[in-house]
Amino acid sequence: MSLASKVLTWARMKSPWIIHFNTGACNACDIEIVAALTPTYDVERFGVQLKGSPRHADVLVCSGPVTKQIADRVVRIYEQMAEPKFVVAVGTCACSGGVFDGCYNIRGGTNTVIPVSAYIPGCPASPEAIIDGVVKLLHSLEVAEAAATK
Amino acid sequence: MAKVTIPIGPQHPSLKEPESFSVTIDGEKIISMTMKLGYNHRGIEKACEERTYLQDMYLIERICGICSHTHSTCFIQAVEEIAGLEIPRRAAYIRSLVGELERIHSHLLWLGVAGHEIGFDTLLMYSWRDREIVMDLLAMLTGNRVNYAINTIGGIRRDINADNIRDILKAVDTLEERTKYYIQIATQEVTLIQRLSGVGTLSFEDAKRLGAVGPTARASNLPRDTRKDDPYAAYGELNFKVVTDTHNDVYGRTLVRVGELMESYAIIRQILTNLPDGPIAVKAPRKIAPGEATSRYEAPRGEDLHYVKSNGSDKPERVKVRAPTLANLQSVSKMLENGYLADFPIVIAAIDPCFSCTDRMIVGVHHPDGELAGAMDWKALRTYSIDWYKKNRGVNFKIKA
Repeated sequence: MSLASKVLTWARMKSPWIIHFNTGACNACDIEIVAALTPTYDVERFGVQLKGSPRHADVLVCSGPVTKQIADRVVRIYEQMAEPKFVVAVGTCACSGGVFDGCYNIRGGTNTVIPVSAYIPGCPASPEAIIDGVVKLLHSLEVAEAAATK
Repeated sequence: MAKVTIPIGPQHPSLKEPESFSVTIDGEKIISMTMKLGYNHRGIEKACEERTYLQDMYLIERICGICSHTHSTCFIQAVEEIAGLEIPRRAAYIRSLVGELERIHSHLLWLGVAGHEIGFDTLLMYSWRDREIVMDLLAMLTGNRVNYAINTIGGIRRDINADNIRDILKAVDTLEERTKYYIQIATQEVTLIQRLSGVGTLSFEDAKRLGAVGPTARASNLPRDTRKDDPYAAYGELNFKVVTDTHNDVYGRTLVRVGELMESYAIIRQILTNLPDGPIAVKAPRKIAPGEATSRYEAPRGEDLHYVKSNGSDKPERVKVRAPTLANLQSVSKMLENGYLADFPIVIAAIDPCFSCTDRMIVGVHHPDGELAGAMDWKALRTYSIDWYKKNRGVNFKIKA
């Protein structure tokens, strides 16, 4: 691994910036995501920061089932993000559609429209589970990056 | 200067949920605002008709994760009214208790979001830290931090014991102390007062005319509170006052909400001292007799309204939900008029919008070539429904020419 790519990997793993997008969620996962960012849980200690624009973000955090009206927008937001990019599906609805599976206006989980890197189940996913998911994602990326550049 | 129309949303840093606003501005001044709803529409009302009453309760709870107890209680009240069930007094008190804890968590959440929208992130971090105290209480009482599922048809599912009561009273004392500090900030911090005063004004007449509900109405001095107007659960036996304010602006809405926090603490203390003994639920039939009922509930955001129609089976025939945000959206349009574009996020946030509650319908998305994508016209829709009922329910509707 060259020094430049080593530095790049280190920087990427130590400051994953996230953008949160509600694709039709009931707000429960959304408030748990924000709770994970605030003092009691504080994911900022892993360098995670919430950003407003997809162009600044490395990780797209999706919550809720994908509704028909939002589907195009999710894809558009995903396309606006710079490579390398990852998607985390928070909550059972984002994983599979959850209780809304089969509703007429639902496409299904996040993976029906964009590729997903990590799934965090729960209704809603607790802040502890969200932190665990994010840390596991970062760890797996670190391992993959190291294997690829060996 | 020429008028410009700016689209805001569905993805926008100031919006926590996907909703599309179209703001027409002249320079920095907002002339008018229109919105497009439906990004969060999941089809819950229709899904309710496919599930039993008990399953519906869990589905209805997931209309909104912030006011989940609101929706489940409102729905259950309507079902109990149709079935003629009288819930035990202890159950009514515990329902009110969870309702008030939910109000506290929602108002603290709002305080943080409002702070964030005006660039006062310290307030966000402070109030969300304190909110965790309530979340712990809810987790202790119901087993889950959000989507509590404490209701069941005919009462509640979990009882509370003396240890719980002691823990709640202790936590409420801490929260009261913290809220006094927030009231001090709201009434003395000059930057906060100047940022919020005169922003998003809604006069008493407009609030009445546009049908505002909840803290939005009460901040325009309109004492509208379902807990007083049409008491449900244990509120008829509790002593509390409706907090109103005469500022008519975002500052007034902040004062109303922190005032309501103090009222909620008082209500919780009353509930816990007067908690009656007895069973927590009565046995409910699986099938509900034919009938219809409308139920009202004072959500943290305002009056929530559910309509349920039953046909004698174990599934409802029709469920209709009117969430408080929908009632307040007309007022938002009025509040934004002649305001500045920079005030847009805080004016929207000031009604404490919850679009996942609101989105009960969808507006067809226009296709590039002018056609409505995937939309059926009336005739096609009717044929489809007739076929569906024939296939799935064995009902044969005749098609008239």
